Amino acid sequence: MKRARPRLVKTGYDGPVMAMLEVEIWRGEGGGGAWRRYAVPHEANQTVLDVVTHVQRHIDPSLAYRFACRVGMCGSCAMTVNGRPRWTCRTHVSQAARKGRVRIGPLRNLPVIRDLAVDMAPFFEKWRDAGARFVPSGEPPEEPVRPDEPERRAADAGIECINCAVCYAACDSVAWNPDYPGPAVLNRLWTLANDRRDGDRDGHLDAAGAGCHLCRSHQECADACPTGLNPTAAIAGLKREVFRRALGGRTREGRQ
Amino acid sequence: MKEAWLFAAQRVSAMVLAPLVLLHLGTVLYAVRGGLSADEILARTEGSLFWGAVYGLFVLAAAVHAPIGLRAVLGEWCRWRGAGLDIAMALFGLVLLALGLRAVAAVL
Ligand code: SF4
Ligand code: FES
Repeated sequence: MKRARPRLVKTGYDGPVMAMLEVEIWRGEGGGGAWRRYAVPHEANQTVLDVVTHVQRHIDPSLAYRFACRVGMCGSCAMTVNGRPRWTCRTHVSQAARKGRVRIGPLRNLPVIRDLAVDMAPFFEKWRDAGARFVPSGEPPEEPVRPDEPERRAADAGIECINCAVCYAACDSVAWNPDYPGPAVLNRLWTLANDRRDGDRDGHLDAAGAGCHLCRSHQECADACPTGLNPTAAIAGLKREVFRRALGGRTREGRQ
Repeated sequence: MKEAWLFAAQRVSAMVLAPLVLLHLGTVLYAVRGGLSADEILARTEGSLFWGAVYGLFVLAAAVHAPIGLRAVLGEWCRWRGAGLDIAMALFGLVLLALGLRAVAAVL
């Protein structure tokens, strides 16, 4: 049987076409919607975000999506590409396409506003509710913070988070458990707990308390994080330290 | 900090169970030679303090480990949470303990 060809609409491309990508994009508002097909010219070094932008600029201006920096810093362009959450501005089509086909949908685990734009509020509300932000101690640390001291290394390992919610979309525990704060928040709490300049280590550990134990160590976050962080390792550290605290163990003041 | 304690209990019981499960598998392979009925197995193991102690520990660790894991599964898959779940899991642990210790008592 002959496979149905994609409906070729306007490509918006006037040069000689080398190869076309079969692109499917999720279109719809809120909970409903459907996959729509588009033919997009394949170009060298084309990113997935370029593909989406092409569709919006040349084929259907009503397509909703989100981006800002286009260089992997702002964390606003995350989408599901062929089933995998990715930062689309730094994902080349050649990496993600399968046999010239790309399917681009909104991030999982977050409510869809329209098309590829999800509502990030639940992600950031969990962040806020956990108090996952730096608390100035008011005092300079007694000992200077050395870049190679173990705590600084532990903090540095998780510091480059761009709040893209790729880990949040990748995580099954987030999908299963509405109370689970998600990998990014816990990763942030772990960097704060290891930052000697922060004034509320115990508060951060308490905030991680119940939440970190909902992690099942599947490592989907570590696998998906575009900046190469390992939130699972951070959460394992939190589980250890939270238990130490439950035992009435050391606080930062008590450590050498 | 209930979750932290449950986490620790889960880890410690897992550490106890890991070698005991291997030992148990070995024992099973050994014990099936010459008949599998309870009488036949008991005839070979009865009166041994060592096996009583090993399986006593096994039962204790399993009775701690299994309900904590089941609690997490039920919480996620059936959205069952709170005191009702905790009580049900504590009872489940006690049932495991009672059934297991009954079998151990037969060995002694
Ligand atoms: S931990 Fe990684 S995947 Fe998660 S929000 Fe931060 S940068 Fe994105
Ligand atoms: S657009 Fe800023 S990270 Fe992709």
